[in-house]
Amino acid sequence: MERQIRRLGIALMVLFVIAFAQVNYLQVFAADRIADDPANAQRQLIAEYKVDRGSILAADGTTVLASSRKSPGDLRFQRRYPHGELYAHETGFYSFVFGRTELEQTYNDFLAGDAPELLQQTLTDLILGRPKQGASIVTTLVPEIQEVAAAEAAAEAGDVAIAAIDPATGDVLALVSEPTYDPNLLASQDPKVVRDAWDVLNEDPEKPLLSRASDELFPPGSTFKLVTASAALENGFGPDSLWPNPNELDLPLTDATIENFGGSTCSGGSQITLADALRQSCNVVFGAVGLELGADALAEQAREYGFTAEPGEDLVPFDIPWTSGVFPAPETFAEREPAVAISAIGQQDVAANPLQMALVAAAIGNGGVEMQPRLVTEARDPTGQVIAEFAPREFSQPLSAANAAALTQMMVGVVESGTGTAAQIPGVTVAGKTGTAQHGEGANPHAWFVSFAPAEAPEVAVAVIVLDGGSLSSEATGGALAAPIARAVLEAALGV
Amino acid sequence: MSRVAAPRSRTSLAPSIAFTVLALILSIGAYVIAGYGKRGQLPATFILYATIFAAGYAGALVVIRAFAPRADPALFPTAAVLVGLGFAMIFRLSGGLAAEQATWIVVGLIAFALTVIVVRDARMLDAYTYTIGLLGLLLLLLPVAPGIGQTINGARLWVQIGPLGFQPAEIGKVLIVVFLASYLTQKRELLQVATWRIGPFRLPPAKHLGPVLLAWGASLAILFLQRDLGASLLYFGIFVVMLWVATGRAAYLVIGLILFVAGAYLGWLLFDHVQLRVDIWLNALDPARVFDQGYGQLAQAQFGMASGGLVGTGLGQGSPGLIPFASTDFIFAAIGEELGLLGSTAILLLYLVLVGKGLRVGLRAPDGFSTLLAVGLSTLVALQAFVIVGGVTRIIPLTGVTLPFVSYGGSSLVSNFVLLGLLVRVSSGPLAPRGAG
Repeated sequence: MERQIRRLGIALMVLFVIAFAQVNYLQVFAADRIADDPANAQRQLIAEYKVDRGSILAADGTTVLASSRKSPGDLRFQRRYPHGELYAHETGFYSFVFGRTELEQTYNDFLAGDAPELLQQTLTDLILGRPKQGASIVTTLVPEIQEVAAAEAAAEAGDVAIAAIDPATGDVLALVSEPTYDPNLLASQDPKVVRDAWDVLNEDPEKPLLSRASDELFPPGSTFKLVTASAALENGFGPDSLWPNPNELDLPLTDATIENFGGSTCSGGSQITLADALRQSCNVVFGAVGLELGADALAEQAREYGFTAEPGEDLVPFDIPWTSGVFPAPETFAEREPAVAISAIGQQDVAANPLQMALVAAAIGNGGVEMQPRLVTEARDPTGQVIAEFAPREFSQPLSAANAAALTQMMVGVVESGTGTAAQIPGVTVAGKTGTAQHGEGANPHAWFVSFAPAEAPEVAVAVIVLDGGSLSSEATGGALAAPIARAVLEAALGV
Repeated sequence: MSRVAAPRSRTSLAPSIAFTVLALILSIGAYVIAGYGKRGQLPATFILYATIFAAGYAGALVVIRAFAPRADPALFPTAAVLVGLGFAMIFRLSGGLAAEQATWIVVGLIAFALTVIVVRDARMLDAYTYTIGLLGLLLLLLPVAPGIGQTINGARLWVQIGPLGFQPAEIGKVLIVVFLASYLTQKRELLQVATWRIGPFRLPPAKHLGPVLLAWGASLAILFLQRDLGASLLYFGIFVVMLWVATGRAAYLVIGLILFVAGAYLGWLLFDHVQLRVDIWLNALDPARVFDQGYGQLAQAQFGMASGGLVGTGLGQGSPGLIPFASTDFIFAAIGEELGLLGSTAILLLYLVLVGKGLRVGLRAPDGFSTLLAVGLSTLVALQAFVIVGGVTRIIPLTGVTLPFVSYGGSSLVSNFVLLGLLVRVSSGPLAPRGAG
């Protein structure tokens, strides 16, 4: 029997060696592939929630927009948004049911502690048996401006979206879209609370999850005349160039005409200057400017400001997903040249949102240089040490410094004695442009105001849209409805 | 056959104490770490369970020294570490299950002590060949009996008498091994005679093939009646191995293997649940089925072990609660998740030590019956451990058996302690030597 027992011993050992080989395969060689299987989401999430996720901070470096706190549940940490709705569209949410959005998603590597800059910290945590800690990120959002913008938006009966940026750096000082939502509901650790909140938010016809300031597109209306005016200046038509001033513009080859707002005739005689046309927002003149310049020149100018010809393509990089403005490709005007006139006044196929229009205003105010919008300036490790800095970046130069100065003066005229007088701030020169955008038969117009101040050395550019006529319904105009809101935000930013 | 018994002497006390203390430290240590991992503090049950382990292991050591003084000093401690690691994992999964398991550990240790004390000489059992065989068979078939049999998780393995539920097959397994050791020792000469040959294999007369076919039929019957794939495979495997060891005839292995393949194929043809097991084995991680019943269970085990990686998440830090049956059939995956490759390898090594020691006990035993008994019991532990580890890690299709000494479950734990008691007895030799048989 002895021989059999020895052989049996070897055979049984072989079985255990096979088992040993298989556990090596499962736990070492194929471990990452198997553990990353999408079907293992639950375990991955539980592991993810073991991390003491880094905070999202305001520009002051102390105001907390999002932070983690210990949770008594199965998931060790819970995400908290101390200001509720105020920064929802910028922080996004961090939900174990619906994943991450906005900054929570874009800067996840830093927040979750996976960025290579954090390796040393992570190893220390591992050795000391501490929960892994993520890095904090410091945003450009200024609580005083964001709060005023949100309060102004909330006070208006209609839906409002506002973008405020620093022209010199592109820093996004405030980004507000009303209605909004409370990300705390989606960060709850009770799946039922999360799903219920999700259903309510998604079924809400006002779509509170959507940021109208940067995710959606609207006709920019007369605020787009800033782009058309830029193209005119860049193509040799000065602010004092004279343009015919009829009470309507016949569109060649069609029965259609372009009229001024309310069917009026702009004042100043049979010919008026480009500057006067902008001040009064004359559709007839700017339609003619568009026809004179042609589709190529307008499209080129729009592209330099960041308007894409391919909806869905974002020319201007941003820290959170957004939708840049749209201006149709010049080829699309081939068979319908007159449509250029309509596009030149920001109607029909042209689309933008407050962030895009704030970039246009900021570029004009910044001597013709457009900065990329920036939402995050730096990441800090848990000890407060800066581990990554994100410098301001130039996007383009849509117009020369001289033309930028000229256009600025034209915009000052709008606020001093044109359609935008409601944006005047005592002691501060404000440059602005109104817009009252038609969109669909019978719908009340969107009211726009795009501005920056102080005109001579801008510290802030603000774009405001009040949707569907807001509290003034069909009587809404950019000057009456949006300009006062812009003024309040400008004042908050300038501290006056 | 008639090997001369090696002169035995009482093993020295030091290694016995050292191994037992080491087992105690590992068991209590794992449990305390699990407590910290779970709640961040010393478990509230610390004094109770630490006392149970300390008193229980010390008591076992005293019994071994008193009644089996020449036993291998590592046998009991090796099993005790397995029990301790299993308990820590069960405690980590559920405090309630841990309380029950602690009770069963106490009962199991008492059963171990009684086995060592009552069975003063392994050869006592040799006298009751057919009584033990019949009893074993009865226990195997008891769950089929109407009225007291219970079907749980698709297999008819349980007997419910009043409030007491148990799996008689667990202790039945041990008795069947005792019976086979006794029966084969008596018949081995008959079974060894080769009268005809096929190729290189010499075969005994056809009538002596009867027992093999009978065992095969019994295994298939278990599969039929109780739908218990694991047990069926285990019994047949043990029988063929013991027959081969007893007779030295490789032909039995070959015939056994052919019958096994035929039986497995037959089972696959006839039973949906066998087909399903095979499909689950092959397609556990198929994205289309990974959340289905059965597939998801095995997939979770893979995810758990993969997430554990080399060093594991740490006791109390992983999510073994996501693995169905984590405390019983799938405890190996739960250990793999929280203790990593190091933990799962440690478990495999402990079995290797236990089985190796068991076979060594067989080699050193003075008589054929004792040899075959030790070999059979060791093989039972080895095959059962491999069947469930292989099933959980997808080496072979999963068949539900417990991981010996580790899994939660009273019947299994108590039976394995009885098995260990018998090994210790054979290892030590008769309590009052009456001369070698």
